[in-house]
Amino acid sequence: MLCRRLILALAFTSAATFGGAAFAQDQSIVVASTTSTQDSGLFGHILPLFKQKTGIDVKVISQGTGQALDTGRRGDADVVFVHAKAQEEKFVAEGFGVARHPVMYNDFILVGPKSNPAGIKGSRDIAAALKTIRDKQVPFVSRGDKSGTHSAELNLWKLANIDIARDKGTWYREIGQGMGAALNTASSMNGYVLSDRGTWISFKNPGDLEIAVEGDKRLFNQYGIILVNPARHPHVKKELGQKFIDWVLSPEGQKAIADYKINGQQLFFPNASAQGA
Amino acid sequence: MRAPSSELPIAIEGVSLRNRDVTIIDDISLVVTSGPPTIVIGPNGSGKSTLIRLGMGLVAPTSGRVSWGGRANGGERCAMVFQRPVMLRRTAAANVAFALRPGERNHRARVAALLKQVGLADLADRPARLMSGGEQQRLALARALARDPEVLFLDEPTASLDPASTKAVEDIVQTIAAAGVKIVMATHDLGQARRLAGDVVLLMRGRVVERTAANAFFAQPATPEAAAFLRGDLII
Amino acid sequence: MPDSASALSLVLGGDPTLYAIVRLSLIISLSAALLAAILGFPLGAYLALARFPGRAFLTVLVSAFMGLPPVVVGLAVYLMLSRSGPLGFLNLLFTPPAMIAAQTLLVLPIVVALTRQTVEDLWIEYRDELTAMRVGPLRRVVTLLWDARFSLVTAFLAGFGRAAAEVGTVMIVGGNIEGFTRTMTTAIALETSKGDLPLAMGLGLVLIVIVVVVNALAWSARRVGEVRAG
Repeated sequence: MLCRRLILALAFTSAATFGGAAFAQDQSIVVASTTSTQDSGLFGHILPLFKQKTGIDVKVISQGTGQALDTGRRGDADVVFVHAKAQEEKFVAEGFGVARHPVMYNDFILVGPKSNPAGIKGSRDIAAALKTIRDKQVPFVSRGDKSGTHSAELNLWKLANIDIARDKGTWYREIGQGMGAALNTASSMNGYVLSDRGTWISFKNPGDLEIAVEGDKRLFNQYGIILVNPARHPHVKKELGQKFIDWVLSPEGQKAIADYKINGQQLFFPNASAQGA
Repeated sequence: MRAPSSELPIAIEGVSLRNRDVTIIDDISLVVTSGPPTIVIGPNGSGKSTLIRLGMGLVAPTSGRVSWGGRANGGERCAMVFQRPVMLRRTAAANVAFALRPGERNHRARVAALLKQVGLADLADRPARLMSGGEQQRLALARALARDPEVLFLDEPTASLDPASTKAVEDIVQTIAAAGVKIVMATHDLGQARRLAGDVVLLMRGRVVERTAANAFFAQPATPEAAAFLRGDLII
Repeated sequence: MPDSASALSLVLGGDPTLYAIVRLSLIISLSAALLAAILGFPLGAYLALARFPGRAFLTVLVSAFMGLPPVVVGLAVYLMLSRSGPLGFLNLLFTPPAMIAAQTLLVLPIVVALTRQTVEDLWIEYRDELTAMRVGPLRRVVTLLWDARFSLVTAFLAGFGRAAAEVGTVMIVGGNIEGFTRTMTTAIALETSKGDLPLAMGLGLVLIVIVVVVNALAWSARRVGEVRAG
């Protein structure tokens, strides 16, 4: 008798939970974005505003850029929102996305130990700084995960005329994880790491790290948003997804992005109307 | 429904049972017919238990054959009680109900009657595993009776019990025998054999040494080995 | 969740986000353990009692799969449920039911292996009596499973423990979506990666307490049952 009651209760709870969830899915979209964007807390700020306006639930899967684009390719997300322009344009060119729109930018910074082992603190030349790090073989942490940040980092080594694949030694640590993990690792091994400003500002465990290099124009980090192509994946929620994209690009959405601050500092700079961004 | 065929006579023909290179039963031929209880006695290791298990069909002979009422696979109306009964993790009544044949599984009255027959009527709702050794053995008897057997095998059922419980079990066995059930029982207790036997089978080292009616056996054993056994000598 | 609040004050303050996460974790892991039990108990008993060619191999395989890496299970289920995968039409990816299914797969070998061992041991004890009473194969399975019920509680708890503790499977299959598929373990992973280690540790302690409570409840139920049934 007790057994029967227990089973009924369980069935009821499951039905309620999953029934509820199934219903909620009707007014929801899946957005594949990056761990650094998620970790910065931006979504926690802007998504409730979007939901309030449209009633649409935005479910954010945060992965590395490579994985986020792959999720889009598979049709497991409705919208892709990452920061790797070249990869994004390839995504659209291959027919997986409808179109790419610039949304906002933040910048990368080179973070390193307060003890300044490479002697580059305060520099505004990222290429020179990286060269010094390589020459002095100071510990450097790379995300190594095909993310937007990783792509940017590899790009910067190139700009510094360094063949990092050839020149990396034990001082260059590829950890294959997200921005938070990379900062943790750099903190614990007194090394340098390239980070986006957003994650850095909201990072809770800075230890002995501080900003070593910033302000170089080459540290610019542009975000783009793409609707997954419904021609490729018919089940994609194109109306709801487009609504989200439209809102993010609208003055209202752009203002919401600009309003997001941590410790009084603005993290993201909306530039949806910028040409060639 | 056709009438169930009889399990008797149980014919054990030229049966040997070997386990690797140890011979437990050595070329035994024996027939069990209806009538008073057949008691199997003998020293430890003589093969009593194994013989009982062969008769019940729990184990197959290495050579020779066993048949029940002329059939190669019988035993449907045989039941067995072991030296240490295994109680199911439920009440006494539930244990008995478990053993009932498929048609009668819910027959509360039958369960109650069986429990009464073995003197466990007021322990019907006691968890069987919490009962004493003697009570469990009586419950095992009730379980065996639940199958309405024609033949009841018992393998040293009172070897682990105190005298009072032993008497209780023996009384039940007597009653069952009087009701027409054929009893085949192994025991190492000569007194018990004297009390219960209709005929006696003496086993030594896997062979039948002697098989006679009880009175004749105890008064005047035919073989010297039997005589030595009755005297209480250690038979090596 | 508030960044600077400690986990304890969240619990005591009845933070709704935390409770939602705890509730989801419990629902998923308990459901997975329950499903694994429903499927695994009969499978384990069958494996213990049946004799067929390849039985030894299957036993070893099941035992080995007790150590299936959660990430691998998660990845395999993800590939199955992805819209580009064979079961994509079910539209289950990144939902709690998918997480339950994946955890059930993860935990099933544990339940089967432990059940098999328990029933096999019990069969040795029960074999004579059940054979003498001419109990058929199906009834043997039912009888042994019921009589082994207290040991099977342990098997269930082992399954639940593994499910509640793992992060690889639910992370990949669920996506750690805030408000929908964020469980305690994925939340801990997230807070760690954000560098909020005190919060992550606090959540970890809450998770441990919950698992201990579930175990304590199951243990008491078992003890009460054992005392009553012997």
